[in-house]
Amino acid sequence: MRSDKKKLIRRIRKCWPLYLMLVPGIVYLIINNYLPMFGVLIAFKKVDYSVGILKSPWAGFSNFTYLFASKDAYIMFRNTILYNAAFILLGNLFGLIVAIALETVRKRFFRNAAQVIILIPYLLSTIIISYIVYAFLNEQNGFMNNTVLPILHMDPVSWYNVPAPWPVILTVVYLWMSIGYTSILYYSTLIGIDKTFYEAAVVDGASLWQQIARITLPCMKKTIIILLILAVGRICYSDFGLFYQVPMHSGLLYKTTQTIDTFVYRALLEQNSIGRSSAAGLFQSVLGFILVVTTNAVVRKVDKESSLF
Amino acid sequence: MITKSRLFIALQYVFLICLIIACIVPFWLLIASSFTTERELIEHGYSLFPREANLDAYRYLMAASKGVLRAYMMSIIIAGTGVLTSITLTVLFAYPLSRQYLPGKQIISFFLFFTMLFNGGLVPTYMIYTRLFHLKDSLFAMIIPGLLMNPFNVIMMRTYITSNVANEVIEAALIDGAGEFKSLIHVVIPLSKPIIGTLALMSFIGYWNNWTNGVYYIQKRTDLYGIQNYMKNVLDSVSALQNQIANGVGVDVTDLPSMGIRMALAVVGVLPVILVYPFFQKSFVKGITIGSVKG
Repeated sequence: MRSDKKKLIRRIRKCWPLYLMLVPGIVYLIINNYLPMFGVLIAFKKVDYSVGILKSPWAGFSNFTYLFASKDAYIMFRNTILYNAAFILLGNLFGLIVAIALETVRKRFFRNAAQVIILIPYLLSTIIISYIVYAFLNEQNGFMNNTVLPILHMDPVSWYNVPAPWPVILTVVYLWMSIGYTSILYYSTLIGIDKTFYEAAVVDGASLWQQIARITLPCMKKTIIILLILAVGRICYSDFGLFYQVPMHSGLLYKTTQTIDTFVYRALLEQNSIGRSSAAGLFQSVLGFILVVTTNAVVRKVDKESSLF
Repeated sequence: MITKSRLFIALQYVFLICLIIACIVPFWLLIASSFTTERELIEHGYSLFPREANLDAYRYLMAASKGVLRAYMMSIIIAGTGVLTSITLTVLFAYPLSRQYLPGKQIISFFLFFTMLFNGGLVPTYMIYTRLFHLKDSLFAMIIPGLLMNPFNVIMMRTYITSNVANEVIEAALIDGAGEFKSLIHVVIPLSKPIIGTLALMSFIGYWNNWTNGVYYIQKRTDLYGIQNYMKNVLDSVSALQNQIANGVGVDVTDLPSMGIRMALAVVGVLPVILVYPFFQKSFVKGITIGSVKG
């Protein structure tokens, strides 16, 4: 026993350069990740800056009751979850279709060019995407009001003031910016499928659709399930930029553009309502944690190798 | 799939061509608008094929606005220091984790990994950085929060070292009397160039496109804004003015930054990313495919 301990200490001592290398990263993780984790307690405080956050009085669950008494809570949870559901379904469906199309196309140059181009939107910052959306939707000079709607004989719409079309707009924008990413993920598993499966199927007289239904999809099943489950684990998070900047933070659109992330930001920095903001944030963090752990447990059941932990 | 059905293959081509067009057209609209003359923009709005085109917007951007150049320089400084620090931190964290003999490896891995499961969210993070570290309105606020070390990247780097850098080579270096630092610098890093390149590219795009740090942490010192925050401000002020006009509030239209110039600004803002992208497309795709599913 004692010699084991001594051995361990000697090993630890010998490894000091390795520990030294870890120090900067550990410091960063503490500052950037671990301190804020303890900081979630702020949701149970009635923050009073004059005495400092630590000394502010406890507030119990009053921040939460205050938050859930308002209709803000309903709107932002509904929007976050519904948008995510639409994004997950359509994003994966389109991604899969594009991946299959990429694989079918035999011209190498065309295939490579297509891959390069469909990834471009994924590289653009949300600000650039907002510029592009603005070029389409801006009331006076926008492409929609000046070119598209006149062709369809429709009246111009003041897009940034009407909430109804935004679920469609945001879904389209999301698909536009993410399709390259999802399809390339699927494509990389698709090209890994053993070609002899198809050859054998063709010899047996399988049609194209039979090949897709009996070989391609079953081989992709694992990847599809994992991507779906990982996405479900993040269902209470949203892309802040997509819901805040793309609709130009227009107050008239809250009904269809407010998500938990935009609410937390607005309550914290625009309305200075730390209580409600931190309550919503904590709710999101805890729910997110539970969802990630449960979905991971499910992934483990499906396929141990692909689980996150 | 194997098929002789010409129709099916043709359909796939048509589908992909439509998709390519859909990906390019919005981007094209942005570029075309930046070359359109001001008069044309006022009369016909943004269009895909401007009837009158010139370089006025770019000339103006070059000559008149110091703000743009400044923000551009800031972005370069922020992305440059950010990428360098980030790669250093990532490599330094990944190498020890790849050594099987390191006591406590499991605990440290979990310490890293747990940050991917649970995070405090915006409010506590904001409070820590502004109240405890007083990062508000400083250059550090543009570099440090959130972006400096990504646990995913550390895990990618570690996996790369364990599977692509032969253990024997490192051990041979250690036996020859090189310390861990020397073996990291002279053996591991040269052999990990491809993954370091991929991570640097992802990190560069992350920094160049970041604007949330500016929104959260910069209030008064707008001179610290990078190009993204600069562009955000221009876009916001334009739409505010146009709303007032739409609501019949009298605003002098000459106050509006020219519409073409705005779009030229956006084109200049994406330029570095678009220029870098074709050269690194392969490693970018690699970064996506190994980073997301396998982890």
